Amino acid sequence: MSNGILSTVIMVICYLVLAPFVGGLLAGLDRKFSARLQGRVGPPVLQPFYDVLKLREKEAITVNKVQDFYVLCFFLCMLLTGAFFFGGADLLLALFTLTLAGVFLVLAAYSSGSPYAQIGAERELLSMMAYEPMVLFSAIGFYLFAGSFSVSEILHTPGIAPIAYLPLVFLGFLYILPMKLRKSPFDLSTSHHAHQELVKGLSTEFSGSTLALMEVAHWYENVFLLGFIALFFAGSHWWTVLIAVIIAIVCYFLEVLVDNSAARMKWQFALKSAWFLALILGFVNLVVLYYL
Amino acid sequence: MILILLLILFPLAAALLLLFVKDDGARDWLVRIGALVIAALSIVTAVRFFNAGSVYFPAQSPFVNYLMLVLEALMDVLIFVLGIKYRKLPACVMAVIQLPLILWFDLSLAHGIEVYNNLCIDRLSLVMVLIIGIVGSLICVYALSYMKDFQKHQEGADRRPWFFFLMFLFLSAMFGLVTSNNLAWLFFFWEVTTLCSFFLIGFTKTDEAVRNSFRALHMNMLGGLAFNLALILAAIFYQTLDLDLFIFYGARGYDITMVSVLLVFAGITKAAQMPFSSWLLGAMVAPTPTSALLHSSTMVKAGVFLILRLAPTMGWGNLAGMLAMLVGGITFLLASCAAISQSNAKRVLAYSTVANLGLIVACGGIGSPEAVWAGILLLMFHALAKSLLFLCVGTAEHQIGSRDIEDMDGLFSKFPRLARFMAVGICAMFLAPFGMLVSKWAALKAFVDCGTPLMMFFIVFGSAVTLFFWSKWLGKIIAIASGAESEESGVPAGELRVLGSLVGLVLLLCLGFPIVSSQLVVPFLQETYDSVGALALSRPTMLILVIMVAALILMPLLFLGKTKKRIVPIYLSGSNQGDNVHFTNAMQQPAAASLRNWYMEGFFGEKRMCLAGVILCCIVIVWALSLVLGGVIAYV
Repeated sequence: MSNGILSTVIMVICYLVLAPFVGGLLAGLDRKFSARLQGRVGPPVLQPFYDVLKLREKEAITVNKVQDFYVLCFFLCMLLTGAFFFGGADLLLALFTLTLAGVFLVLAAYSSGSPYAQIGAERELLSMMAYEPMVLFSAIGFYLFAGSFSVSEILHTPGIAPIAYLPLVFLGFLYILPMKLRKSPFDLSTSHHAHQELVKGLSTEFSGSTLALMEVAHWYENVFLLGFIALFFAGSHWWTVLIAVIIAIVCYFLEVLVDNSAARMKWQFALKSAWFLALILGFVNLVVLYYL
Repeated sequence: MILILLLILFPLAAALLLLFVKDDGARDWLVRIGALVIAALSIVTAVRFFNAGSVYFPAQSPFVNYLMLVLEALMDVLIFVLGIKYRKLPACVMAVIQLPLILWFDLSLAHGIEVYNNLCIDRLSLVMVLIIGIVGSLICVYALSYMKDFQKHQEGADRRPWFFFLMFLFLSAMFGLVTSNNLAWLFFFWEVTTLCSFFLIGFTKTDEAVRNSFRALHMNMLGGLAFNLALILAAIFYQTLDLDLFIFYGARGYDITMVSVLLVFAGITKAAQMPFSSWLLGAMVAPTPTSALLHSSTMVKAGVFLILRLAPTMGWGNLAGMLAMLVGGITFLLASCAAISQSNAKRVLAYSTVANLGLIVACGGIGSPEAVWAGILLLMFHALAKSLLFLCVGTAEHQIGSRDIEDMDGLFSKFPRLARFMAVGICAMFLAPFGMLVSKWAALKAFVDCGTPLMMFFIVFGSAVTLFFWSKWLGKIIAIASGAESEESGVPAGELRVLGSLVGLVLLLCLGFPIVSSQLVVPFLQETYDSVGALALSRPTMLILVIMVAALILMPLLFLGKTKKRIVPIYLSGSNQGDNVHFTNAMQQPAAASLRNWYMEGFFGEKRMCLAGVILCCIVIVWALSLVLGGVIAYV
């Protein structure tokens, strides 16, 4: 038992310390990869870190007294989400905390009173509504697979990896992943690409250290999402975990590829298609699993 | 036993007294003292019976039975007369059908049946008593100040004595309803609440109010009729009217479907499930305290209370259980969708009530211990959070002159405390780690385990939609409008006090729900079920949630609004006029930048959602009722 607690604590600390580095590095590789796809040299791989450090040096300005607080809450909730997940706690607890984080980010944008930020906030909310069913179906899929929502129990379920039972759910999850990563074709609320946006959407009014905080939180989020993908493939042996991590990273770069080859879709399409696929891929898979 | 009688009779006495008090000052004191005594009585009752488990009282009295019969008959006659006066045919027809049924049942059928215990109090009743006693009386106190303001804008006679009479009578009937073990008594109180809500909804006597009050009456009388038939069938086929015995039979595998389907149907009408949700939406015409009362602590809660009571006899595979699950699930999903398309705050609240009640009804239908756990917690959290929200909207309406969410821009700056209270209420309705989400989480697990994958569909999509419509409202009220001055001094202190107490209660329950669960809900389940499995949330998870709630209460208190950064204008494409609201337009004129929220009429239009809900739920109900009818015919 004490052994279990110790390993949990180690996992949580590893996540809290390493995730920003992994996330930042992934972001750097993402930019490099994107640049090469576009025939550019691209920035150094460590550029995201330089960006964050530079943002912290900017003049301390804000549009009102409360916005920074919401962004801070967003950041903390994101830490908590990953801590729950990598600590092996309840999967739903992690997902609901993620939702809480998302709501804080949206509130930060709303609070500014800026039309551009508010449009971004509304679009972010819409994306959340679009992807939420598929995320919940995924969690329920794990529950039907392992008989428990606990991440550590899902991981230690003997036998074949969850993907064997949840192939369609996994495809559905891949479909909504760009919404969570805010990548094309579903970067509705705010985009990293200059050509997608007139103004920066959700993050229009964030600046300096607040923007840096949001960026780091985003890295944490990406690592959590990769962990979620890996959970589909991981089994109780260490080498399955390794394979799962590799597959998760491959999936991430697959999304980068899509990001670079797709234009932004309308929100109507995002909502309709995400719900339709949640139904066709997620729900149908679960119904089959239910009666298996 | 004295306590229970006091619970029922004291509000009744207060109600009668209030009917004759015309003086404002005297009414103020009477309502305050009455509310205080009712709240105290309910707490004393809770303490007294806290550890007693289920306590039954014979309370045999032929006199009471006859009194109830006479009153029921009188109510029917009254409805008939009113139906004639306002030319409402259905009311008359139903009254005409119901009267002989009541007489037949009471004078002939019920006579051969011995009822062992007329009253009963267990932990579920205690939960209800506390909700009615505390939330109900707080609403009555709030109504004092609200109705003063209301009266100012009203022409004609001051009808407040009638209003407060109805409010207190309602509380009395609710106390009776949740402590009755005799189905016939329960039915009596059931009908009293129907009549009270009818008068409260029609209070203003405008055409719309009359129309809506009769709609509520028609639908609830339909439920009452089903209840009456259930009584008759119970008397004929099972020779018992003891609710506990009846549930015992059902839980032991006797087929009580005929009666329980009718009771569930009655519960569905009262809990405003589709296709009957329109009566609760129509109830909006009444003054706000009425809505708060109907939505949070009385009326609709009576419906879900009955269904939760019957839970041990239900489940997938049981007709009554399927009826509750399907109607509840469909209503949850579609009412949540309809809430997106509403910009009227009260209608958003109403659809959310309908949706949450759907969730509770479905939990009752599933009938497993974990589902009932979720249902009872939902009921508690919803009562507190929804009354808070209704009263906040009521106050906002009097202050800003609108109940439209679009007009709530800048509420955070103009009415800092009111907006914060409202934000607490909204967060408590949908956000982790607050109460409703905790219960929804448990409901999600119960839905997955319930024996059919269909229920997952409802809750998964319903939750996503819920998140959307609450967040966009929350975003609207927390938006900072720079330069706005606080106008909060205009808000009556009495209203703010009541709102503040409700906020306190909401947060207290969010912090203390593990204790409520382990001391109140779990013992109730252990008494009701042979075995209670693991709860949806493990103890460490609950602890984590409570810590998160504490952090979320402390953080804003410590850090919100404290920044050393320089405040700069927002981005308006470089053409700011300097106040964050206006920009320079192409004609070099100042123009206001304004933004409306999303209502997505094309996707989630109210008409469309309600039509779908009505059709689907009607199919389910007709299917269930026709099977029961077939059963009865086969029996005869």
